[in-house]
Amino acid sequence: MIQACYTACTRSWVPPELRTFMKSLRQALSVARKDLAIELRTKESLNAAGAFAIAILLLFSFAFDPFAEAAREMAGGLLWLVFAFAGALIFNRGFARELPNECLETLLASPLSTSSLLLGKAFGNFVMLLALELISLFVFGIFYDVRWWLHPLELAALCALATWGISIVGAIFGALTVNLRLRELMLPVIIYPLLIPLLIAAIEITDTLLANRPITAYELLWGRVLVVFDIVFTALALALAETILVNQ
Amino acid sequence: MPQAIELSKVWKFYGDYPALRDCTLSIGEGACCALLGRNGAGKTTLLRILAGLSHFQRGAVRIFGQLPRASVTRRRIGFLGHGIGVYEDLSARENLSFFARIAEVKNSPSVVDAWLERVGLLRAARVPVRQFSRGMRQRLALARTFLHSPDVLLLDEPFTSLDDRAIAMLGELLSSARQRGATIVLSTHQIREALASASDVALIENGKLRYAGERTREMLDDPSLLYRLYTELGTA
Amino acid sequence: MREKLVIGLSLGAALLLAYNLYEIFLVLPDEAMQGAIYRIIFFHVPAAITGMVGYFVALVFSVLYLTSGNFRYDSLAASVVEVSIVFSLVNIVTGSIWARIIWGIWWTWDYRLTSALVCVLIFGGYLMLRRAIDEPTQRARLSAALSIFGCVDVVIVWKSIEWFRTQHPGPVLSIRTGGGHIDPAMERLLYMNFYAILMIAIALVLIRTRQEATAREIDSLRRLANAA
Repeated sequence: MIQACYTACTRSWVPPELRTFMKSLRQALSVARKDLAIELRTKESLNAAGAFAIAILLLFSFAFDPFAEAAREMAGGLLWLVFAFAGALIFNRGFARELPNECLETLLASPLSTSSLLLGKAFGNFVMLLALELISLFVFGIFYDVRWWLHPLELAALCALATWGISIVGAIFGALTVNLRLRELMLPVIIYPLLIPLLIAAIEITDTLLANRPITAYELLWGRVLVVFDIVFTALALALAETILVNQ
Repeated sequence: MPQAIELSKVWKFYGDYPALRDCTLSIGEGACCALLGRNGAGKTTLLRILAGLSHFQRGAVRIFGQLPRASVTRRRIGFLGHGIGVYEDLSARENLSFFARIAEVKNSPSVVDAWLERVGLLRAARVPVRQFSRGMRQRLALARTFLHSPDVLLLDEPFTSLDDRAIAMLGELLSSARQRGATIVLSTHQIREALASASDVALIENGKLRYAGERTREMLDDPSLLYRLYTELGTA
Repeated sequence: MREKLVIGLSLGAALLLAYNLYEIFLVLPDEAMQGAIYRIIFFHVPAAITGMVGYFVALVFSVLYLTSGNFRYDSLAASVVEVSIVFSLVNIVTGSIWARIIWGIWWTWDYRLTSALVCVLIFGGYLMLRRAIDEPTQRARLSAALSIFGCVDVVIVWKSIEWFRTQHPGPVLSIRTGGGHIDPAMERLLYMNFYAILMIAIALVLIRTRQEATAREIDSLRRLANAA
């Protein structure tokens, strides 16, 4: 009885636009949950991406002296390159996971909206990439003696913003390349030049945080670049999702 | 009777090549339309357009008066293509629960269980689909298609590669769907079986609809009649 | 009609170029600080502008294709991108040669060169995407979507790399500096060469568009032949 009243009350005063938005979000989260469930069971992407990340970190240690001051200056760049490269392995799987048994077509014919599908994939990418970043930071801290936990809030905020940007770009271009025969090759070729502004911003801020320098207007400028990048690309991706996914 | 599905002068091009030419077809609510034609004639293209998976360049398509891609339309459609449309790494129950959530089915846990029982997969509900036999997968695909009680069923060669049990199940599902007034379009090579249960027939050849209308008594008696009368290529 | 336009443009460009080359090499004196090599600017800057403008023109055609479905816009977009990449590469190579003579290094990670390179990579990806798709409608739709992303990113890339690095000489055109940085005779010649290069670019685009339309026709004939 109380439950019914509560449901009725929430229904009546919530405006329809918000309700539609909440529904899209809920469906996107269903898609993300489904992907993460599959990923937890098979561990394909995370294993591959994790192994790749550790391998690159190791290889870099042979390229230059890991404990030198110069290496510390490059720490930010190194980390974000690792995230971008390993991330591509995660994004490749994103929509490719829907290809066997023609699940992608089934989803497109279902009541699920294309923008919810895209958002769901982006959420899945986001969670997996964040997990990868956490593992990499641990390994990195050990291999290169870098204290990355000194500014946890700022680093968390930076990782959230930058990872979302990479995730949405990985999702929409994963959708674009899903049916191509050279998918694994085309996806990195297309997304890396596009991600350059985001990577520069992330690298600059990370360098400052890892070197324990104070945040200045210069870092805030890059923070704004990140926010603008995220907003612009998320908007574009949602707008073009239907065009890219549905065969015309 | 109001028309459930209406195609009007539809053309579909791949580049400059017309895959569908000037197709006009009307299917009333509650009808069962058998879509016949050779491989490559355009059956799959037509069904995909109805399901909202492909756009068309000219003409108009309406399902219950709405565009195929509209969300209200997609809620009323059940589509079964060439692939079974289920995830190998999830269990049967997880698959159906996911699709039930997507389709916003009410009381989804009990609905999912009811369907698992109906297709005989309740005991294997927690097993990943990867370990299913072929027949079990097909039955799961049927459950997935009919789960949200769609008003329009679009089935692309559903009888192909089904085992006996699955064929019987599909027949039963189709007749109970028809009883509750659903509209069915199914493409098939099995002319005899299709004509037996169909109320309408559409014959497509090289992208053109050669015949679109009621299934007549003569067709039932002589299935190759359609091909002889309406195609340029003679007997099927 | 199209052939006449192409021939007309080519002839016009040839004449204008001949006149410009005469002026550049025989009439204008050497620049005070750079010597003879400064003459490369007459090709470097117009090529840069043609390339950049081309990307945005391609964006317009891409949007027009997505809204109308007319393949002519897709052919135009692809042709314009190809020609723009060519001119961007001319820009980068002439810039590199100039840098070698003046600064002694083939490449410098200054913001304009780097941004130009990134743009070439983005739209190079566009061309690779087109190569990877056989079916014309899908190819047109997906490459149009990519060019929208590419153009928006070009803007963000330019500003980002500018804030990140700066070593390139500052602007010289009067519309940006208000005069005083460049001799008026040189500036006039810069614009003249820009028109010549623009005419070449348009002629190339027209030729390329015709090729794309023919390729599409062949593709559909092939499908027709295989289907029968």
